[in-house]
Amino acid sequence: MAAGVATWLPFARAAAVGWLPLAKKTMPKPPVDKKSRNDEILIVNVSGLRFQTWKNTLDRYPDTLLGSSEKEFFYNEDTQEYFFDRDPEMFRHILNFYRTGKLHYPRQECIQAFDEELAFYGIVPDIIGDCCMEEYRDRKKENQERLSEDTEAEMATDTPLPPNSTPRERLWRAFENPHTSTMALVFYYVTGFFIAVSVIANVVETVPCRPIKGSVKDLPCGEKYSVAFFCLDTACVLIFTFEYLMRLFAAPNRCKFMRSVMSVIDVVAIMPYYIGLVMPENEDVSGAFVTLRVFRVFRIFKFSRHSQGLRILGYTLKSCASELGFLLFSLTMAIIIFATVMFYAEKGTKGTNFTSIPAAFWYTIVTMTTLGYGDMVPNTIAGKIFGSICSLSGVLVIALPVPVIVSNFSRIYHQNQRADKMRAQQKVRLARIRLAKKGTTNAFLRYKEEGGLQDHDSDSAALCLKNRSSFEHQHHHLLHCLEKTTNHEFTDELTYSEMCMTESVGYRTSRSTSLSSQQAVSSSCCPRRAKRRAIRLANSTVSVSRGSVQELDTLQVQKSSIGPQSRSSLNARTEDLKLNCEQRDYTAAIISIPTPPANTPDESLPPSPAVPGILRNSRTTSYTQEAVKISSL
Amino acid sequence: MGAVVGTLTMQTKQRQPSRDKVDDDLEMTMVCHRPEGLDQLEAQTNFSKRELQVLYRGFKNECPSGVVNEETFKQIYSQFFPHGDASTYAHYLFNAFDSAHTGSIKFEDFVTALSILLRGSTREKLQWTFNLYDINRDGYINKEEMTDIVRAIYDMMGKYTYPVLKTDAPKQHVDTFFQKMDKNRDGVVTLDEFILSCQEDENIMRSLQLFENVI
Repeated sequence: MAAGVATWLPFARAAAVGWLPLAKKTMPKPPVDKKSRNDEILIVNVSGLRFQTWKNTLDRYPDTLLGSSEKEFFYNEDTQEYFFDRDPEMFRHILNFYRTGKLHYPRQECIQAFDEELAFYGIVPDIIGDCCMEEYRDRKKENQERLSEDTEAEMATDTPLPPNSTPRERLWRAFENPHTSTMALVFYYVTGFFIAVSVIANVVETVPCRPIKGSVKDLPCGEKYSVAFFCLDTACVLIFTFEYLMRLFAAPNRCKFMRSVMSVIDVVAIMPYYIGLVMPENEDVSGAFVTLRVFRVFRIFKFSRHSQGLRILGYTLKSCASELGFLLFSLTMAIIIFATVMFYAEKGTKGTNFTSIPAAFWYTIVTMTTLGYGDMVPNTIAGKIFGSICSLSGVLVIALPVPVIVSNFSRIYHQNQRADKMRAQQKVRLARIRLAKKGTTNAFLRYKEEGGLQDHDSDSAALCLKNRSSFEHQHHHLLHCLEKTTNHEFTDELTYSEMCMTESVGYRTSRSTSLSSQQAVSSSCCPRRAKRRAIRLANSTVSVSRGSVQELDTLQVQKSSIGPQSRSSLNARTEDLKLNCEQRDYTAAIISIPTPPANTPDESLPPSPAVPGILRNSRTTSYTQEAVKISSL
Repeated sequence: MGAVVGTLTMQTKQRQPSRDKVDDDLEMTMVCHRPEGLDQLEAQTNFSKRELQVLYRGFKNECPSGVVNEETFKQIYSQFFPHGDASTYAHYLFNAFDSAHTGSIKFEDFVTALSILLRGSTREKLQWTFNLYDINRDGYINKEEMTDIVRAIYDMMGKYTYPVLKTDAPKQHVDTFFQKMDKNRDGVVTLDEFILSCQEDENIMRSLQLFENVI
């Protein structure tokens, strides 16, 4: 019910006194009103702008934030007001809704910002008043279209293939997005070239060439070099057929593919050739065959896969179907009317061209589209008058639907442009995000390096540490806790890839990163090494095969298979030791040395005399397994 | 050429000239009525200043011009009874409120009637009700007037009732009423008969106290 109705309720209830003498039954008890009747003024402070209103005004809509007890969460005892840290300009509209019962949409505001404010204050957008509803709906739809386009564009082209895709899926992808692989690009250009060649051949073969010796008449080139043209045609058709069959094979949904426009065009482009092959050299039939050759011109539509502009044009025409239909219908009506009139106007004239109404159609069309070939002209005065009316009305009738089509095309074209711009922007944005992420990880590593993890008293702490914000301190503390939980440490990419390379033979070279110099990490029972170089094992039979980095990429951890790893056997076990330096597949310990916290099953390693180091692992996400130590000299 | 003309027209459309001819249409009669002072109203009615303030704020919010005409009145009243048609009864109510028969209710009329209905004595309330029933203001309620009123009330119920409304229900209701009220069986009910009969009825007396706490 509207806001004002609440005001009139007391009056309506009072007027019920008029029913009392007539009442057949006794009246029910009235509800007890517990609230205090006195109206008070509430102060609502929105980012410094103070709004004041009666409490009753806000109580009109009890299922919103301001009308319910939810606003008590925002009550500030000290200043005795309700404080909201939101946009004060928008709040004006919200409050007006309470006052007048109608929600208005401010046109200069962003639709998303407005929606968010409404959601915050618990107001359903459906109650926007009629005056603003249309605008609101239009902008909301536009915004949603834009968002869905962006997500579509994101998902469609640039997502990497799932790692285990069948060749068929890869093939389909190559066809749909040629820029994903070189082969696809090559194929794309080759087909484009052959389409062009085919179309040009079709055109050229009708040009008159010099006649062959002994004859006078000019021959079209197609007949003079018929063999050459036939071979060219065959080659093109073979390529197109091959392409079509490959697409058919690769399509995820073959029925849908066969019904799509592009595949129909493909079929129509190559069919005439095959029909021509099959048909006999009969004179009567070949007349029909010649007609079929006209369909070869459809090959030019295959270019629409290569050109986005063509696709936009086609899409525009499709979306303006109703306008085009209207145009056609009104034109037909006008043509029939004017043709009839002209026919009867010119009927009397001798030797007139207007022999029948259908014959007059041609005149009407030519006049209405302001072409005016002049092959049919009216001679009588009445005919001329009506002819001029015809041409004037033609201008009008055609001018009416054209702006709609043009604006549709413009809208679609701009949408496409925007999609391209969005894609470019996305790349920049993603790069920036990646940079920021790297920045934070580097910050933590630098923090460790500068001794931030040690328990330092305030005097000896480095100055640069002090300058960090409390947020950074707390964040680094959190990351440090994670390190302790998993008993691994964060490193950076460079170090990690170096680690991968030096582990080609299964040796875990304990490369402490160049970044940290921990001394006080006490959870691991083994002291860290201070040295920062990769340590070769004593036997030195290890040759860090840098060349086997390739193999490393495909290595995966096999934790259980890491049996007793004596040093000598390590060489032989390279195949088992798989280390995957990719993101998700996890790297884990390869060698374990029995130390108290370590609880690997393979405890049979001889205790090494070397100073055990600590394996750094750059992926410490959910790895809560044993600490891995390496023995090295 | 048609396309050229078409594109040109589209360009002009985009500029969107907004030259609304507001002047002709805004010939609304800006009637504005201001009520008498707060003190006077307080003296005339049984409301306190605060209550009058609250009442006036609500009234002014709904009717910025200060008067309610019958159409608006009917609309407002109909909003409370969405099931049926409240316009007839609202019409009678309007006439009862509009004691001066000016065709519109001002704030004073509104508040005066409310004062009687909510804060008045039993006799005043019954008198107001009698005036409501007495459509032609001749001092007597006859059967036709009563039937009109009762039918108007039944109209507010709408079609979907339980038990189903019979067509002669209003008539029966009126007969019952007259049996009770018309003491001297002369076919009309006078004010004294009405007040007397109501005072004898316990239910009516009790229910008159129901609406005291509406404001």
